[in-house]
Amino acid sequence: MTHEYDALIDAYRRCGGDERVLADAKIPHLLASGHSVLSMRGADGLEVQTSVTKDGISACLVLGENVSLQRPVHLCFGVLHEEGEQCIVMQVRLRRNSAAHFIAHCFFPNARKVRHVMDATIEIEEGAEMRYGETHYHGPHGGTEVFPKAVVVLGERGRYYTDFTLLEGRVGILVLDYAVQSGRESVAELSARIFGHAQDVIQIKEKIVLEGERSRGLIKTRIALEGDASAEVTGITEGRAAGARGHVDCVEIVKDNAVAKAVPIVFVTHPLAKVTHEAAIGSVDKKQLETLMAHGLSPEEAVGMIVKGILR
Amino acid sequence: MLELKNLCFQAGSRKILDDCSLAVGRGEIHALLGTNGVGKSTLAYIIMGCEGYRPDSGEICYKGEIINRLGISERARLGITMTWQEPVRFEGISVQDYLSPRDGSRDSASYLCLVGLDPELYLHRMVDRCLSGGERKRIELASALALNPQFAVLDEPDSGIDMLSFDDIVHVIRLFREHGASVLLITHRPELAMIADRASQLCGGRIVCNGSPQEVTDFFMAKKCAVCAEVDCDT
Repeated sequence: MTHEYDALIDAYRRCGGDERVLADAKIPHLLASGHSVLSMRGADGLEVQTSVTKDGISACLVLGENVSLQRPVHLCFGVLHEEGEQCIVMQVRLRRNSAAHFIAHCFFPNARKVRHVMDATIEIEEGAEMRYGETHYHGPHGGTEVFPKAVVVLGERGRYYTDFTLLEGRVGILVLDYAVQSGRESVAELSARIFGHAQDVIQIKEKIVLEGERSRGLIKTRIALEGDASAEVTGITEGRAAGARGHVDCVEIVKDNAVAKAVPIVFVTHPLAKVTHEAAIGSVDKKQLETLMAHGLSPEEAVGMIVKGILR
Repeated sequence: MLELKNLCFQAGSRKILDDCSLAVGRGEIHALLGTNGVGKSTLAYIIMGCEGYRPDSGEICYKGEIINRLGISERARLGITMTWQEPVRFEGISVQDYLSPRDGSRDSASYLCLVGLDPELYLHRMVDRCLSGGERKRIELASALALNPQFAVLDEPDSGIDMLSFDDIVHVIRLFREHGASVLLITHRPELAMIADRASQLCGGRIVCNGSPQEVTDFFMAKKCAVCAEVDCDT
């Protein structure tokens, strides 16, 4: 176990994580390798329970009413071997007027045939706020299949912000499926930034249902593709209540033989709701490219700078 | 410094430049006057080597060398740069990165000061839609100055800038020369052309008047050129 822990910490560090947060007694965390929970720590007001089932890991995190965590909760999930599987069923509940920031690292640095499934159910009660930043590193081989799924129920005045990034190394296969149901005057922002290479396959489906009056939703997706990579992004926003406002914003840049597809679906079932969308798909903008080249950058440097900006 | 010899350029069936010749000397600010749609910006793109803007015939000579076949990056390496009439916006690129794109080593703050922008307020902002057209224009001028170019094509640097800032823009244009650059100043405003050392008027795809700024602006305002008379250009 110690060897596995050290190896995971080493991989976590190489993927941009700071292992000191795992040693800090004041910082809550959950560290899992494959289907083993190696380490976990709660905090005042935060209950963390885990169990290993025949299908994988089951985790339950509950934040108490009016509790606002001063430090982020760190979640580290990984598979270090070339082959393996990690299935996690996670339930998160933020009670009334609580607030927490989660920083998740998911890393599969040596993956040649690794499958990672995350099935999350998140309940954010009235006035509560959850921020969830998730960074993935899948290694250089493209042998990872990742299926992150989340169903989020957002109570009145609740706020949910998520930012999924996969910018280093290969993607492999990614099938992301997030759905949010928004209560009255709530705010949901879903952001995903991914760089696909070689034969990577990216499928994203994000949906916000604006059920509550004056609820707000934003789906923002930024994808860069090169080689033979492909991506299909479906952003769905439904406006079902008075004053609901939603927006879907998708940018996909392609190089080489990459293929990109965006499917924004926006519709309203209430006359006082409004949802909008914008999507830009294609090669790097010619005028942007020429502007940077006129500033002395080579075409490769200019493309790199534009892509880096889009994914920032 | 730069000499355009008998340039012809056609877009589809429309002749944009027709035997256009122009010379800009070393250290000179040369104003290119013309009404909307006469091909001033096209000429700028041709000088910079933008895609789709290679002349059908004629020569672009820079420091005695024909550079027709060179691309934008190669021309930029020779010291040529340009600012666009409508500068493009970039998502996720900060003003700092834009002014010093390779390694951040340039003193970006001082160039922002030169164009009248407070570095503390602007360096970390993004060059995106959050900036107004006028702010974007000033940042474009700062970025061109930061390159320390030898030849700068400034395409309507005053457009989108409020009238109160006109003197600031004039100051910035003169800075290019103080920093050792020759400038082709594209404008349709006679008052801006008056700051140049020499001027030309483009009309009907060719230079119809060349001389001192006063001579050319008088000619321009009086609609004296034969092409204007024929097509009733609105100056």
